[in-house]
Amino acid sequence: MHDGTAQLAAAGLVCDRGERRVFAGVEFKVGRGEVLAVVGPNGTGKSSLLRLLAGLLPPSAGTVSWAGAPVADDPDAHRARLHYIGHADALKPALTVAEALRFHAELRGVSPDAATMASALGAFGLGALANLPARFLSQGQRRRAALARLIATPAALWLLDEPTLGLDAESVGRLESALERHRAAGGIAVVATHGGLDLGAHATLDLGGSAP
Amino acid sequence: MSALTAVLRRDLRLAWRTPGDSVNVVLFFVLSTVLFPFGVGPAAEILARISVGVIWVMALLAALLSLDRLFRQDADDGSLDLLALSPAPLEFLVLGKVLAHWLITGLPLIIASPLLALFLQMPREAYPTLLLALLIGTPTLSLIGAIGVSLTLGARRGGVLVALLVLPLYIPVLIFGVGAVEAASAGLEARPHLLLLGGLLALFLPLSPVATAAALRQALH
Repeated sequence: MHDGTAQLAAAGLVCDRGERRVFAGVEFKVGRGEVLAVVGPNGTGKSSLLRLLAGLLPPSAGTVSWAGAPVADDPDAHRARLHYIGHADALKPALTVAEALRFHAELRGVSPDAATMASALGAFGLGALANLPARFLSQGQRRRAALARLIATPAALWLLDEPTLGLDAESVGRLESALERHRAAGGIAVVATHGGLDLGAHATLDLGGSAP
Repeated sequence: MSALTAVLRRDLRLAWRTPGDSVNVVLFFVLSTVLFPFGVGPAAEILARISVGVIWVMALLAALLSLDRLFRQDADDGSLDLLALSPAPLEFLVLGKVLAHWLITGLPLIIASPLLALFLQMPREAYPTLLLALLIGTPTLSLIGAIGVSLTLGARRGGVLVALLVLPLYIPVLIFGVGAVEAASAGLEARPHLLLLGGLLALFLPLSPVATAAALRQALH
């Protein structure tokens, strides 16, 4: 089903927040075109793991590697290859959906053309909302506006933290098909979830089981 | 570089659509300065004597008041994560944000200052020097302020802490800024003071983005 080479790998990851050890000894390997589902009860460090994989948080111990090389050796290249969707949607009330999308693409050094913008907005059914300031959006619409970033610029690695939060069934379907296309193109996704999303995950990492 | 201009454009656009913050800073600057003639009396010689100091101190406090908007909203709405995850160096993005902050808050102060100078009976011959000193000094205020706010981003009530961190570093700008204008008022050479102000700007222009980006990365942990 896959070529078995680990593109993204973690070895012996330890995460401490303040005095508290969140998790220790987290190991996984994900190959191209694969999805890793991260599950576990609240507070077991799903969000911390994703921030750690994004490079926003340094691990207390252990390494994250991409194609065999530790990502800490070249953080610039690592940032260029990943999309991170956290809990916050990073939208400004005064900016429209399209403006926010374009800004986040430009942050990644890409100036998307009209067709790319249209396909990114269309992938999450935002076509009619493109010119609406974000302050008028519902929670689910805000979430979709954040998820559209995944399509606006290409990235090999998607790190999604509870991406279905606030989404209706139709939008969950849109996310599933976006993930499917990402995998078909050889992309990797690490998704923290409480279920409700059919990931077709190749592996599941249960952080509840690795807590010390 | 394109990421820097993207940040600059976005912040200017946000300020244009929600001008409240920018207007507040200028209003504070103008209104608090206008209070001085009521406090010390309308005698022209007293006002002229204190005018330079009052304008500079009020500019400092107005800049301090405006600092919180620099990173707070980005930190709260998750934008800061994405700034830090941009392939472009965070230092450049910080420079873009500081430049936007200066254009939004520093530049309006400079534009309002001749009006206040007139109100406080400042000698006419000192006006060009006042504008020039503010033009060199206020970007330094934004650069220093960025370090202060980024260090206190983790603290819920960071306001007082920012003042404690930033005001001591503002003192050299105040001294040379006032010195330049006083010299011009007295018909002396303002150039040495202006050069020292320029030196401060040259010091903080590279130092502030590096220090601020380091502090922001810490805040994201």
